[in-house]
Amino acid sequence: MMGKPEGLKLIDENGYRLDGRKKYELRKIKMEVGVLKSADGSAYVEWGKNKIMAAVYGPREIHPKHLQKPDRAILRVRYNMAPFSVEERKKPGPDRRSVEISKVIRGALEPAVILELFPRTSIDIFIEVLQADAGTRVAGITAASLALADAGIPMKDLVAACAAGKIDGEIALDLNKEEDNYGEADVPVAIMPIKNDITLLQMDGYLTKEEFLEAVKLAIKGAKAVYQKQREALREKYLKIVEEVGE
Amino acid sequence: MEIMASIMKDHILQLLKEDKRIDGRGLEDFRPLTVETNVIEKAEGSALVKLGDTQILVGIKVDLGEPFPDLPNMGVITTNVEFVPLASPTFEPGPPDERAIELARVVDRGIRESQAIDLEKLVIVPGKLVRVVFIDVHVLDHDGNLLDASGIGAIAALLSTRIPKVEYNEETEEVVMLEEYEKLPVTRIPIPVTLAKIGGNLVVDPNFEEEQVMDGKITITTDENGYISAVQKSEGGSFKLEEIAYVTDLAYKKASEIREKIPGL
Repeated sequence: MMGKPEGLKLIDENGYRLDGRKKYELRKIKMEVGVLKSADGSAYVEWGKNKIMAAVYGPREIHPKHLQKPDRAILRVRYNMAPFSVEERKKPGPDRRSVEISKVIRGALEPAVILELFPRTSIDIFIEVLQADAGTRVAGITAASLALADAGIPMKDLVAACAAGKIDGEIALDLNKEEDNYGEADVPVAIMPIKNDITLLQMDGYLTKEEFLEAVKLAIKGAKAVYQKQREALREKYLKIVEEVGE
Repeated sequence: MEIMASIMKDHILQLLKEDKRIDGRGLEDFRPLTVETNVIEKAEGSALVKLGDTQILVGIKVDLGEPFPDLPNMGVITTNVEFVPLASPTFEPGPPDERAIELARVVDRGIRESQAIDLEKLVIVPGKLVRVVFIDVHVLDHDGNLLDASGIGAIAALLSTRIPKVEYNEETEEVVMLEEYEKLPVTRIPIPVTLAKIGGNLVVDPNFEEEQVMDGKITITTDENGYISAVQKSEGGSFKLEEIAYVTDLAYKKASEIREKIPGL
């Protein structure tokens, strides 16, 4: 965490945050499914100022071949930030942060996908961060999960994600960039809501056990709200198809 | 899954039904741990950690350099992990792969976020000259749970680190290294504790065979003040909220046991 400017208050005396939200309020979220023509499945998520595109290719033949598994598909995830997505231009290509995030996102999605149905193939997920404003990994997971569903890949559940954190000594939902920079902790969480299975959990910061568990619980609540929006976005896509066919 | 791993998984799950593990440990037992410091004379600090048959060597080098522009009043720490091919048939030569990068970043977070090193004390000339601390983790033998061994090694090596005092001449802008040495300002002792989930079971400090068959794992780094400074769920699998609470409690308990084995504490 960076040094907080003197006198900057992240929560004012009336309990409002810098962007006008209350402590337990999500940023505005918009989702759309089936936004790319070439991909087998795709989704676009706007989450506050985050703009995230996700695409799924597969199940398809693996290159290189030695990676193939005789009893199941492999899941590959690439999280990538566009050079223009952040204040100071990001050098193109994977840095250490992107490599770690790609790995934990794979771990978050893997439990949901029924890989045993497609031996010797790969399912490739590409997450492109077009604009970043804190919380890109949870928005990316949310988009990727929609793209998987859009590709028709059998899943046990959608994966929904959200973060909670600590700002000005209080646990709050869904930190934006300023809050992430000057806050005390960030706790991203992904869940499979049907069975309340946690598939991603990280913490970056300094919290007591009580604060940590409170943040996890709050993030789960946030993820459940995100889950409802995911279902609506998918329903909307199919309603559109029904309308088109009807005509 | 490889055939051998699938047979091994059945065997390990069968044992876990009776709360037994493949190497005879209880579910909440770490393997024997030894930590030896000052094993590399050329490094400013070092530690050799043996956790069962896992062996990790950590070296600390300290240089002078520029601070980050947005943090002019702080020294710099960087953590790097190398999975050298002598440590395991699963390691290949080349730049750090995703496993090594993730491990390094979780160890780094545990230390950085607990402010285990007082970075303000590493400043020589604000905005211009600070100490840069390199934490280099060298994996020598991989028998599982490299993360805990690396985190223990890193903090033990930092505690053993001695750096020459410096004098800065403002007029000539020269830095003089003195013959006198001082300790690194290490103020907290964060310790990572990892549990693997195998079937529905949680086991602490998974060995290599357990890691081969686990669904996923979770690491919680805690310090002696009762704070958590890093959490990482890794690989696949999933956890229930109650399991997270259990893992957190056990992480505190195991970390305080481990802390007693670190030399100089």
